[in-house]
Amino acid sequence: MNKFVKGLAMATALTASFATLTKAEEPKMGGTLITVLGSNVRNLNSAVQSGIVTGFPGAQLFASPLRYDENWEPQPYLAETWEVSEDGLTVTLNLVKNATFHDGMPLTSEDVAFSVEVIKTNHPFKSMFAPVESVSTPDAHTAILNLSRPHPALMLAMSGQLMSIIPKHIYGDGEIKDVKTHARNNENVVGSGPFKLTEFKNGEHVILERFDDFFIEGRPYLDKIVMRIITDPAARAIAYENGELHMGAFESLPRIINRLKKVDSLTVTSDGYGAIGPVDWLAMNTTKGPLADVRVRKAIAYAVDKNFIHKALMQGTASDSTSGIHPDSPFYAAQEGYEVDLEKSAALLDEAGFPVKDGTRMSLTIDFGWPGVKPQVEYVKAALKKVNIDVQVRASADFPTWAKKMGTMDFDMSWDTVFNWGDPVIGVHRTYDSTNIAKGVWSNTQGYSNARVDELMAMAAVETDPAKRKALYGEFQQIIADELPVYHTNTVPYHTVYNDKVGNPPLGIWGSSTPIDMTYLKE
Amino acid sequence: MATLQSLLTRIVYAVILLVAVLVLNFSMMHLAPGDVADTISQSMGGADQEILDQIRADYGLDQPFLVQLGSYMGKVLRFDLGYSFFYNTPVTQLILQRLPATLLLVFTAQILALFIGVILGVISARKPNGIASHFVTILALFGYSAPVFWTGILLLIGFSLNIQLFPVAGMRDVTIEGGFWVHFVDIARHLVLPVVTLGSIFLALYSRLARATMMEVLGSDYVRTAKAKGLSEREVVYKHALKNSLSPVITLAGLQFSAVISGAVLVEAVFSWPGLGTLAFQSIIARDTPTILGILFFSALVVIIGNLLTDIALRFVDPRVGGKR
Repeated sequence: MNKFVKGLAMATALTASFATLTKAEEPKMGGTLITVLGSNVRNLNSAVQSGIVTGFPGAQLFASPLRYDENWEPQPYLAETWEVSEDGLTVTLNLVKNATFHDGMPLTSEDVAFSVEVIKTNHPFKSMFAPVESVSTPDAHTAILNLSRPHPALMLAMSGQLMSIIPKHIYGDGEIKDVKTHARNNENVVGSGPFKLTEFKNGEHVILERFDDFFIEGRPYLDKIVMRIITDPAARAIAYENGELHMGAFESLPRIINRLKKVDSLTVTSDGYGAIGPVDWLAMNTTKGPLADVRVRKAIAYAVDKNFIHKALMQGTASDSTSGIHPDSPFYAAQEGYEVDLEKSAALLDEAGFPVKDGTRMSLTIDFGWPGVKPQVEYVKAALKKVNIDVQVRASADFPTWAKKMGTMDFDMSWDTVFNWGDPVIGVHRTYDSTNIAKGVWSNTQGYSNARVDELMAMAAVETDPAKRKALYGEFQQIIADELPVYHTNTVPYHTVYNDKVGNPPLGIWGSSTPIDMTYLKE
Repeated sequence: MATLQSLLTRIVYAVILLVAVLVLNFSMMHLAPGDVADTISQSMGGADQEILDQIRADYGLDQPFLVQLGSYMGKVLRFDLGYSFFYNTPVTQLILQRLPATLLLVFTAQILALFIGVILGVISARKPNGIASHFVTILALFGYSAPVFWTGILLLIGFSLNIQLFPVAGMRDVTIEGGFWVHFVDIARHLVLPVVTLGSIFLALYSRLARATMMEVLGSDYVRTAKAKGLSEREVVYKHALKNSLSPVITLAGLQFSAVISGAVLVEAVFSWPGLGTLAFQSIIARDTPTILGILFFSALVVIIGNLLTDIALRFVDPRVGGKR
């Protein structure tokens, strides 16, 4: 029991992290990395602001207890070693002794306890630390998380951008709930990560420079990181091509990805998005009208040709997704797909009591929340016409308009994109949990309710044996793929682009939401 | 005195208009389904209901509409534009950070377009059927009808990618170091493509208008008299005719100040110019009411100032404007 959680007593963080260096090449010190953020930053404090845009600067400014290697194995970071008790109810973090914040103050277990409190109160993902009842601090370098139940999801939640340790002496000057609007979330930000903030100009750039007293000796390699804010994907593409940008992540337009792949000096890869786990799906409201019948949902899946979506719409840049868990996750269990079969589809619809009358069987609506997925929605309309389902596309003026429709379940079908965010407990359960129905956008907006699914998720949430856990999620994915509250079509084709000069770009499970203390410039 | 009085009347009207604009926009923002809590949740990859409720409570979004409107207008009357919900920054600070970039872009484009537009207009008016005239007509037609995002991307591909002459995006290169002139040259280099893109629309308008008015003026009696007097062609055109044909052009230029935000949005988006246009666009998308209203407030101010400048310029070229009628 608890094999996987027994902390690997690594001698130092240094040896462990060198093991993750994939290239034997000697890293070079110094240089300024010019990289990019695809939208404006709302808040640099990743303890209170989630999301992929804050994730990149956030993980440079703030350190977390753990980091992960490419094989989903936890590695020491702020925690030198860690230990999970036999019953899974206490998690002990032994912090590195030499960690200091950018203002010179030492990082202690008090800061860990404070950060957990702040994250529990302000972070959008409640499930990450919900079972954490208290944090004991027997000494300055030991923090013990006391849990109300075993919580294996905690391991991933202690890495990447999800558990940023913020200094109590700075953010603890007011009420805990006010940290999310703290004045130092955007200026004079102080963390303990490899880089410190030089300048943040809204709409223009975030500039970070090397923190010389970083707790891992000899790191980071770079002197400076300039994160330019360029919101137009076409302009970013030109900037990669002419060398103005060294690196960028989260490029998702198939046309641009394929164009950049042809440029000699650039490497374009979909590695590094496993933990963030973005998946696209066709959501179906299971509580009203014809879609309440699982046969109708299946008929729709048989009529929609995923191949067309992959080849024509995604132009080969996305992978198949069949179960709600991202294919790169260790918990992914590929499910049998719904090969396009119009006869079967029609038969299912007949069986469900929707024969063709005056040329149509039924009328449904389909929504979408942002213009980028309009082609998918139009395709669904065209595909369902072949089985005599009349689909009306409903546009939304902007995101909140669509979010309102979704959050209140005022829709039949919708295109949707949802992220896994590490462990399934954090980003997957929310979509299928029957206690989370219609609680805002990206909750269980399909109104899906299945007692066995609830039970499986509850068991998996506390199961500490990884093999058993995988089996539970296996059954879970099977039911989801069979009952189709959502029809999983593809992963979001996020790609990282970097040029020849960049050594060891962040391509681990958390992609750019990890400290890039090992990234360097070759010249 | 009459001037001062008319100025005061204008200011009073402007204030009334401004309040009406703020109330109307506040109400319209409120009518749309969903709110800023949704976009905050979007920026975070989703959020639990509890957090959403807390955000709404923090920003007073759970209060009745009139209470929200009252507290906002109360703040505005005390010259406090409030806090941006989305960026947690005072709106005034957010706008002042962005305003210089937009002013630089729009004024440079305006002034260059005005200058070049008038010259082109005059040249083509003097020989309405010459090659130069046809060239100006084609240029104007193209500049006016081509969408700026298309012109912008085309210029980027041409002059940033194929011929790497100008930078792709932004207003400055933060990696270069040096004195004032180094930075001046750097900003100027970043300014070229956005100014050409934005200026192409203005240029089309001004050159066409200058051409038309110039042709009209050149056919008038006093120009014939001036020619008959034996003045040189050059003197007639630039000293007598031009001054009189300028006033419509300047009036139009004044009207174009309202395009400070609207015209610049797309250009700023294409070139990632850190100005008000992109901020306005993003705030509308994010439903960040205080920021949107703050930008409206500031752009109204810019329009008012622009109109005043136009007035002064008109008086300068045409003394009749200032006098009693």
